[in-house]
Parts: sequence; C-alpha cells; structure tokens
Amino acid sequence: MNVLVCVKQIPDPNAPSKLDPQTKRLVREGVDLVLDPGDEHAVEAGLQLVEKDGGEVTIISMGPPRALEAIRRALAMGAHRGILVTDPELENSDALSTARAIAAAIKGQAFDLIICGTESTDGSSGAMPAQLAELLGLPLLSFAKKLQVSSGKAVIDRQTDEGYDVVEAPLPAVVTVTGGMNEARYPALRGIMQAKNKEVKQLALAEIRLDGQAGKAALTQEVVEVVPAEARKAGEVVEDRGDGAKRVADFLRELKVI
Amino acid sequence: MAGVWVYAETVDGAPKPIALELLTKARALGEPTAISLGPGASKAAETLGRYGAKKVYVHEDPGFVEVLASPAVDLLARLIEKEPPGLVLFGMTYEGRDVAARLSARLGTALIANATDVTNKDGGWAVVSPVFGGSMLVTTVSRTKEPTLVLLRPKAVTAEPAAGGEAPQVETLSDPVDTSKPGARVLRREKEKATGPRLEDAAVIVSGGRGLGAPENFKMLDELAAELGAAVGASRAVVDAGWKPYAFQIGQTGKTVKPAVYIAVGISGAMQHTVGMKGAKTIIAINKDRDAPIFKMADLGIVGDVHKIVPQLIQEVRSRKGK
Repeated sequence: MNVLVCVKQIPDPNAPSKLDPQTKRLVREGVDLVLDPGDEHAVEAGLQLVEKDGGEVTIISMGPPRALEAIRRALAMGAHRGILVTDPELENSDALSTARAIAAAIKGQAFDLIICGTESTDGSSGAMPAQLAELLGLPLLSFAKKLQVSSGKAVIDRQTDEGYDVVEAPLPAVVTVTGGMNEARYPALRGIMQAKNKEVKQLALAEIRLDGQAGKAALTQEVVEVVPAEARKAGEVVEDRGDGAKRVADFLRELKVI
Repeated sequence: MAGVWVYAETVDGAPKPIALELLTKARALGEPTAISLGPGASKAAETLGRYGAKKVYVHEDPGFVEVLASPAVDLLARLIEKEPPGLVLFGMTYEGRDVAARLSARLGTALIANATDVTNKDGGWAVVSPVFGGSMLVTTVSRTKEPTLVLLRPKAVTAEPAAGGEAPQVETLSDPVDTSKPGARVLRREKEKATGPRLEDAAVIVSGGRGLGAPENFKMLDELAAELGAAVGASRAVVDAGWKPYAFQIGQTGKTVKPAVYIAVGISGAMQHTVGMKGAKTIIAINKDRDAPIFKMADLGIVGDVHKIVPQLIQEVRSRKGK
C-alpha cells in the first residue's frame, strides 16, 4: 500500500491575511507559514492506512523552497519521504498548472492512492484534486468522511447535502478527505528529529518536463481587480449583566422569531 | 448573443435550487442552454425553461447518477467540442465542483471557483469571488480559449422565473454513456435523519463555535434551535475538532446560508466562517471575548458567558412562547 499525499504550505490561517494591491498576490512577508490544517487530515488518513496494511506515505508539494518546512511537518507526523516541486517559473500557479506539475512529478512513481484535502484553506477553489485525477485518468472519491481500503478497492462515505453516499472505486484512485474524517496526530519530538533525516527530493520545472504547460507560461486566468467588499455595520454590543438572555429574547420578539 | 450554458443539477426530475439560481444569472449574460442529466432529466426541462433556458439538453441515462462526474464530463466535453459556448456555469456544490474541475483539466480551459457574480466584460467574462472571508472581492478573467468555466456559490443569486419564460427547445440526447471505465461508483445513498429545517432553507440558524468549550455543550444549542424552529450550524473549528459532522459546517469550505436571523454562539468570527453567513439579514452574537471580530458585524452582540446566557435564553424563549 503506497500512498501519496498532496500538501500545501499556506499563511497561518489564524493570522489576518493581506493582498498586495500592486501585485494582487498574497503578502507572505512577516506571516508565519504552516502546513494547511486541512492537509493534516490527509496525511493522517495516509498514515493510518499504511500502519494497518504496510507500505509508505510520500508527501508531495509544489511551492517555494521554504515549502520544505510544510513537508517536514508531515514527515514529522510519520510520513516516509517527500517530493517538492519548486521552480521560480511556477510561482503564482493556478490550480490546473499545479495539477499538471504534480501529475508530471509523480510520473513513474508506484502508488495505490493519492490523498488530498478537499480544498486549501487559503485558495479554497478545491479544483486541484479533481484536475489531478482527470490528468492521470483516475477515479476521484471526493469529500470523504470515512475511508476504507481492501482487496484493491477504496470505499468512502461521501458527504452529501442530505447525508452521505457510499462510493467505491478501484485502485489506484484519488481521494479527498474532509476535516471530520480523523483527528490529525501531533508530531512527537522523536518524529521531528527523524524527519530531519528523511529524504525530500526537489524537482525543478525542467526535470518534470512540463515546459509551457505549467507556471507563468500556462496561467489559465488572471486577477484584474481587487477591491474591499462592503462591510456590515456593527450594531450594539453590550456586556451581560445578568440580562443578556433577556436582551436577546427581546430582540427575537422584535424580529418576530418568537 | 454568446452561448451561456448551465450545468443544471436535478434530483428525481426536479431542478435543484442552484440550477435555477444559475439560470437567473445566465439569462442576464446571454442565451442560456441548460444541461440536465440522469433519470427524470426531461421532467426538469419545463421548470428550467421557466427560469430562462432557451434550450435544454437532456439525457436520462442512469449512468450519470451511478458513476460520479466522469460520464457527465465525457458528455459535456463532446457537446462543447461540437458547439463551444462562451461560458459554462456550475454550482459550487459537491457534484458541480467535481464535474467542473475534471472538465477544466480535460479541456485545458480556465476554471474560476467561489464566484458570487459574473458580468460581460470586453467580449469575455469577469468573475467576482470573495477572498479572505469576503473582506475583499477579486475579479478574475480567463486567459485561455473558451469556454470559461465558473463555479458559482449557492445563494449568490436569488432565483427568479424569467418574464414570459417560454417552453424551451428540448433536445434529447442518446450518446452512449460509458460506465465501464474505472470510476467512482455509488453503492448506496444514506439520508441522515435531520430534525428541524435544513441549514440552506432555515429562516433562523443557531450556530456554535469553539467558545462552547466542549462537544456536549452543543446540546443546549439543539435545545434552543428546537424552541425557535431553527437549524443548527457550526464553525470550521468545531467540525475540524470532530464535535459536529461536516454537514453542519458554515463558511468558505462549508455551506453558505442566508437566514433572516443568525445567532452565533461562541463563534469568534474568523473570515473562514463569516463568508458563509454574512448574507444573514440580522446577526446576533454571544461571545465572551469583547474583541471577537463577530461583534463588528453583529446587529446585537452580548459579551458574556455562553454557558450562562444560552440556558437563560432557552427559558426566556419558553416563557414568552407560553404567553
């Protein structure tokens, strides 16, 4: 059972984020960068599978050289090796470009499953996993809140508006996992020490042979304007002095809710 | 006028609300064509016409609901090759996201996600999406060949029937649907027992965050919601912590809601969350942290201990309803 897990390094979602009005890109200076919390669930899902059935978890990411830190975090959780696709030409790639780069980078790798988060916490388009599945010609099991693998098949409980669908696909397949699937482990000190010696292969654009199909040369879209949205106005904020509940109830009556 | 297509999701022969929202937007942009797939698809055509579809492609094959995304992508790619539209609108839903993303990789065209608006611009399309929890709006344009694929967030547009919506021209397709390729096959569908209204439809929502302290404290929100006939929602933080299933999540990565009244309990108001609820008509927030961002958008904010205030509120509501 060999599992590839796609991860992304993002600005700390708990810190306020800013766009540079000139470049229309995220301001990364002075902001802590972290492994996307959504991806931690993907790493956890991969680790649980190989702990049960044997095999290895390989972490793959595309990003600037410092994205290595996000891969190290996943390695500290217990993943075995890493691949970082990094090239100045790939800066500011869109989802399709990223999917092409990842697909090219894993060419020749033997894997049974690719696991991703449902979407990144910063970009949130959620397109990359499905695009990767399409480029590789693989089935996509998306929005999984439960994942089981046995006898060459993966079966998930797929989130729906009304409940869930039980969906099955033959391996190899791509799976996206929701945050509710598991509780991601916290790296132990021993894991953090071991992660320093684990192999992380770095690949540049020329090495994945994708000239013209990824990065700046292949952007499918462009942000042409960034404006602040109209903000809601704050209303009345009061300290509860034992009458807070009554205030809310009065307001609900005014609104004809009760 | 440029061809604008709508991927119209249906359930049991009826269009889902998102399909009608997409058509309402589509008819402001061009001449809408709807694509309706799966058993009951042709039954949905009339309603799609009433919301502005001039033409409806229908294909009743059960393969479209038995196998996720791929059969729809195969068909859409074939139709687009024959007669490329300028724009294809999809709902930012579980189904829409999978189909649109696979299609963009198949065609090599732009996919713009999380949209709340689309306009005509210089013979193309300008797509508006909120970022950073809706505090900023970015406008994105395609740099590839047509069609531009757009994922529109549910409830970004209010569905309205077209004036004089005529019966659409219906074209029934019979292209073979290949479900033999390795695919994601649906074995069964489980409906989870839900009490009260659906989040998407609820007029009142009671929503909880980390400030509740522990998962068992959600019980008091369930109780409050039952008294108010409200639906219960949750922030991403508590869903990630496993306190509530993903289906309860409101926000960027969860549901977008537009209730008349939104009661945020122990929710700080991270942008991740507020993008999914700032369309509420009235917001009431209860939180112990006076500096919580939720108070900057609440119509009424109570700074205090949710564990004291919520039980008192349940009593208040009960006694007033008794009168």
